[in-house]
Amino acid sequence: MTKIYVPLDMAAVAMGADRLVAAIEKEAAARGQKVQIVRNGSRGMLWLEPLVEVETPAGRVGYGPVKTKDVAALFDAGFLSGGAHPLSIGKVDDHPWMRQQNRITFARVGVIDPLSIAEYEAHGGGAGLARALQLGPAATIEEVTKSGLRGRGGAGFPTGIKWKTVADAPADRRYVVVNADEGDSGTFADRMLMEGDPLSLIEGMIICGYAINGTKGYVYLRSEYPQTAKVFQAAIEAARKAGWLGDNVRGSGFKFDIELRVGAGAYVCGEETSLLESLEGKRGIVRAKPPLPAHEGLFGKPTVVNNVLSMGTIPMILEKGAQHYADLGVGRSRGTMPLQIAGNVKFGGLFETDFGIPLGTIVNDIAGGTRSGRPVRAVQVGGPLGAYVPVSLFDLPFDYEAFAAKDSLIGHGGLVLFDDTVDMLWMARFGMEFCAIESCGKCTPCRIGSTRGVETIDKIRRGEDVEANIELLKDLCHTMKFGSLCALGGFAPYPVESALRHFPEDFHKPALEAAAE
Amino acid sequence: MAGAAPYNDERAREIIKAHMSLEGPALPILHALMEEFGHVPESAVKDMAEALNISRAEMHGVVSFYHDFHREPHGRHTLKICRAESCQSMGAEKQANEFLAKLKLSWGETTPDGALTVEPVYCLGLCAHSPSALIDGEPVGCVDMETLDEIVAEARR
Ligand SMILES: Cc1cc2nc3c(=O)[nH]c(=O)nc-3n(C[C@H](O)[C@H](O)[C@H](O)COP(=O)(O)O)c2cc1C
Ligand code: SF4
Ligand code: FES
Repeated sequence: MTKIYVPLDMAAVAMGADRLVAAIEKEAAARGQKVQIVRNGSRGMLWLEPLVEVETPAGRVGYGPVKTKDVAALFDAGFLSGGAHPLSIGKVDDHPWMRQQNRITFARVGVIDPLSIAEYEAHGGGAGLARALQLGPAATIEEVTKSGLRGRGGAGFPTGIKWKTVADAPADRRYVVVNADEGDSGTFADRMLMEGDPLSLIEGMIICGYAINGTKGYVYLRSEYPQTAKVFQAAIEAARKAGWLGDNVRGSGFKFDIELRVGAGAYVCGEETSLLESLEGKRGIVRAKPPLPAHEGLFGKPTVVNNVLSMGTIPMILEKGAQHYADLGVGRSRGTMPLQIAGNVKFGGLFETDFGIPLGTIVNDIAGGTRSGRPVRAVQVGGPLGAYVPVSLFDLPFDYEAFAAKDSLIGHGGLVLFDDTVDMLWMARFGMEFCAIESCGKCTPCRIGSTRGVETIDKIRRGEDVEANIELLKDLCHTMKFGSLCALGGFAPYPVESALRHFPEDFHKPALEAAAE
Repeated sequence: MAGAAPYNDERAREIIKAHMSLEGPALPILHALMEEFGHVPESAVKDMAEALNISRAEMHGVVSFYHDFHREPHGRHTLKICRAESCQSMGAEKQANEFLAKLKLSWGETTPDGALTVEPVYCLGLCAHSPSALIDGEPVGCVDMETLDEIVAEARR
């Protein structure tokens, strides 16, 4: 019986993985070959999806991207014993993309069967929780603080300090909430972790619940990820069955359970207070802070809100010790970041590496430049609220503070490449339009300013009073930055201003040329 | 496909009741109603408001806030085309506009035969395979005009 891996990851499915599984089963049956197909997570080499892996005595050999029409030829080439074929990438672990990484958060993703508790445990799963139970709640929080882990949702707030605030807040109940709203364009790490190693997120939530003395966890997942919801729900059920969740977590006497909730297509619900309102069943209007969710969060109770990646890294930090994590990275950006490389890109995917890697190394060496083969012109880093970074800034190290110093942000770690055909004035317009569509409506600068922004950019596009309208656009950005309650209105100006700063020529195209487009 | 059942007050009230033990049940109920009936009509809003003990206006506010919930039924199939930045870097905006023009639709509209509703979506987490789309919840990567045409033909079948 040969073990074959075909990812269940939504990106692999989008490229035909489900059809491929059926084709392999059919072909194997026709040839009388016995195969066992395991649906793993994705290794993150997304340009190779669907990446089929075959277990051989020498290790796992990969083939990709495989289409159903390739299946017969693969059998002919003896792929079941790792045979040579043009689609072969050799041993997956030896691939340069894999070897250059430092996989901590994603250590198990793509390797194990995501729904197998036994495989999870065989690959170190459970060690973090065991250590936390040994340390006790206070020392567990101390470990998280010492690791230097900062929130991966975008704001970069130290996770340990957040947990301590919640633990110290007097209350009869406390909640653990995981933010899986992942709305930023160019990001998919939360999705990949929840599909590829959901149990690590579950274990992280259990550790958090134990540390802050909370018994209930919610995961708020965006509705644009229907496949993820299925996998994660199955993982919750497997965890319950195995005694990981319930009244007596792994025999510890600690009680904890998790519920999956699905959002409803509002980007702003990724903002933590809007998310809490939504979980409570209300409109996702952002709350004024204070009070912080750590003091008055879900249903008014102290609540930890953490991103999937922050929470999913906790088991590894506990398992390996805070120091191991803190030793990686640069400055105040400790540990690793799962980079998501997307857009017009040759080798797009997930690449986890220590903080500090220069942007140009990521774009040129790792991602191999654009898919179109044309020169890279801009990279939007950190989602729709992140700046467009020009090639002249490619020596910027991937680090929270270094990006902030250039009016940019690393956000959730997404990088979207654009080639030299991009119209930056149009992208600036889209930034404003997106803010107008997704604004929760609470503050005027965000709600009205973004619509004004679109109108103003349209005038610039038509060549009307260009200089005056650029000044007006700058003023609008300023008003939005300083008059908005949350980062949707507050950061929407970043892509616009960066486009204006680094690509001014796109704002000064002759009207005729713009009209001809 | 989901959401095809004709609206039925009694069934709607059952769905509402089945979720009442949850903390903050509104979104799970609305999703379940969408799953069953494909829309959330006025009488469901009224029943939900009663069950949740809030005003009907408040309940309206919740339903209308979220892009996923709608008051009228959609077409038999729903195509969500991504128009966020990563997909735009691969020409998604131009392609979508041409596609919509061909169908004589604007975003959010349904073909006159009721086969297909086309909606915008802002990132599907498939950004290494831009442009992307979801057809009745099934992901599709590296979408070109041919893919879109096939989806329409399939929906009309
Ligand atoms: C408009 C907006 C959207 C956001 N979207 C997300 C999101 O999708 N996922 C996320 O984890 N954080 C998002 N955030 C950040 C959250 O408010 C919050 O900082 C984060 O969930 C805290 O978790 P962390 O400390 O682990 O990062 C968003 C913030 C804003 C203003
Ligand atoms: S900035 Fe925009 S999204 Fe944020 S609270 Fe104000 S109106 Fe709502
Ligand atoms: S931007 Fe289209 S899938 Fe992410």
